[in-house]
Amino acid sequence: MMKSLDELAKIREQARKKVDIRDSKHGIKIVVGMDTCGISAGARPVLLELVAEVQKRNLNDVSVVQTGCIGVCRLEPMIEVYKEGEEKVTYVEITAEKARRIIEEHIVNGKIVDEYTIGAIE
Amino acid sequence: MELYRAHVLICGGTGCTSSGSQTLIHTFEKELKKQGIENEVKLVKTGCFGLCEAGPIVIVYPEGTFYSHIKVEDISRITEEHLLKGIIVKDLLYKDVIHEDQILPIDEIDFYKKQKRIALKNCGAINPENIEEYIAYDGYKALGKVLTEMTPEDVINTIKKSGLRGRGGGGFPSGIKWEFTYKAEGDIKYVACNADEGDPGAFMDRSVLEGDPHTVLEAMAIAGYAVGSNQGYIYIRAEYPIAVHRLEIAIKQAREYGLLGKNIFGTGFSFDVEIRLGAGAFVCGEETALLNSIEGKRGMPRPRPPFPAIKGLWGKPTLLNNVETYANITQIILNGPEWFASMGTEKSKGTKVFALGGKINNTGLVEIPMGTTLREVIYEIGGGIPNGKKFKAVQTGGPSGGCITAEYLDTPIDYDNLIELGSMMGSGGMIIMDEDNCMVDIARFFLDFTVDESCGKCPPCRIGTKRMLEILEKITSGKGELEDIDKLERLADSIKVSSLCGLGQTAPNPVLSTLRYFRHEYEAHVKEKRCPAGVCKDLLSYNVDSDLCKKCGICAKKCPEGCIDGIKGKEVYKIDTKKCIKCGACMDACPFKAISKK
Repeated sequence: MMKSLDELAKIREQARKKVDIRDSKHGIKIVVGMDTCGISAGARPVLLELVAEVQKRNLNDVSVVQTGCIGVCRLEPMIEVYKEGEEKVTYVEITAEKARRIIEEHIVNGKIVDEYTIGAIE
Repeated sequence: MELYRAHVLICGGTGCTSSGSQTLIHTFEKELKKQGIENEVKLVKTGCFGLCEAGPIVIVYPEGTFYSHIKVEDISRITEEHLLKGIIVKDLLYKDVIHEDQILPIDEIDFYKKQKRIALKNCGAINPENIEEYIAYDGYKALGKVLTEMTPEDVINTIKKSGLRGRGGGGFPSGIKWEFTYKAEGDIKYVACNADEGDPGAFMDRSVLEGDPHTVLEAMAIAGYAVGSNQGYIYIRAEYPIAVHRLEIAIKQAREYGLLGKNIFGTGFSFDVEIRLGAGAFVCGEETALLNSIEGKRGMPRPRPPFPAIKGLWGKPTLLNNVETYANITQIILNGPEWFASMGTEKSKGTKVFALGGKINNTGLVEIPMGTTLREVIYEIGGGIPNGKKFKAVQTGGPSGGCITAEYLDTPIDYDNLIELGSMMGSGGMIIMDEDNCMVDIARFFLDFTVDESCGKCPPCRIGTKRMLEILEKITSGKGELEDIDKLERLADSIKVSSLCGLGQTAPNPVLSTLRYFRHEYEAHVKEKRCPAGVCKDLLSYNVDSDLCKKCGICAKKCPEGCIDGIKGKEVYKIDTKKCIKCGACMDACPFKAISKK
């Protein structure tokens, strides 16, 4: 039984997170390659980790979407980060752990994790 | 906490439900399990997305991918390709979404671009059976604000300032109605909601209740606080089972959360809502008949005054508004009356929901700012007339309204402009007609409806509409005389001024407005015994053009009456017009278009 406006606000905040995915976003877009190659290399746990991390940190303007094969199948799982006004950054051979670090350093603090980028690996 | 990386929204409105969306949901459940992603992808059954023509509709987030005309067999592909691998299934996308190889966001396609959704804000965006999704989009925030920051007078002034007018048809200023009820003397007062949408072709109230029932409950509670009432009634027809079901769930959930019931938000204000089912009589949409029906009496109107605001349910002051009117209230409270009044025309503020039907490509539900032109609604949002046919007229306001012709297509839509054109806003049904529609037949159709629905209490409506229907039937069957047209007009005028309630007073409108713009069609039926649109069967005859006939005999095979004679390959076929039942099967079947009707 709700007895105050604060309680309503609390429910709203919680409920909001559950529907946040349906809002149109204009901020950062993280794209995960999810074709057969990506999935077999372990893209699913990466995708789930990214979604969880974005939600945990209340990054309301960050969207995590899937795409098909990004092209360099031997370096999957791959993810791409699109930030307005910046060049696309492609990360390769990503794991759930690396994904967490990318969120923390690149998405939150704006510092590209050079060692995971395609440029560093190739 | 639950965590999903994708949401699949499936329309659970009446339109998509009848084209099988429930089966789609079950199939999705199975497919997601098969792929092992049932804990990653959430299925959400929503209300109407508006584009009923393209149903069943499925939208996938976060991409916002808009799939249309989805069949059970498409689901494994969407699951495997899109949900598992992230590859959008292009051939299942709604056709207008693809523009020069790009996939447009939903709000940029023609159908949605010019719309402004206020009453339909949550329809198709939330799961109507889950109060938390409503709360997520600021649900019950307006009620909280009203109860803690505003006096009843503040609320009434806000509604007055917004310029909101009743969306059920009459267009009476809502704030003034609220004020009357507030000022009326009485120990007990009631708030009622008219959900007895009965116009053929109108389904906006139904869709609001199916897609966003809480917005109506919240608005009724706000109205209760403003006028001094603790009890609300929603009068809804039993013919709307999905809407009734979702309302019941919504009321139950609101009570559980303490948003209906005693002492809401600890402010001491109590309000509860009950549902009353109607049997689906058109007259019960009339306010006094509706109130009688809620009381358990026969649903018949009574003279006004006294108006319900003074003497309503059980003789107590009662505020009665229509569903769509209530659906605007929370947004006015949250965004302010100036915001609302900034949309629309001088005397008609905000938006209006229309149900587009008839000869139009995008059949469905649209919400547009007042002042949008009929042309924009029909050609841009509605996608124009199918099969390259010519637009003839648009009927607004259902059986109480009238038709508007091509020369007035650039009229901005508002209450006053439509009345000036001899039609009315009504509840918002918009039926588009093309060159194949006979206007006399349309008038006959609506009169047939009102004769059926007249409650019989007052003679002008009971007897008068029946006489009008008889004359119209005489004309469409080719037995009309010139004086019949004058008789129709005289009858129409006297029924209008002498009927007891709105049903009778507006019943002649379809005849009057077709006479105003299409008198020549009436005259063709009477003088030349000819139906120019080729609809009235008694005035038609089917004939084979001997020059075009290739003597194939297909027509004779198709004829259910066996009244087409000829010899295959040798002799031109002929239709015995006396035996012909004018079903049109031969004309549809002829591969050489050699059969015509006139």
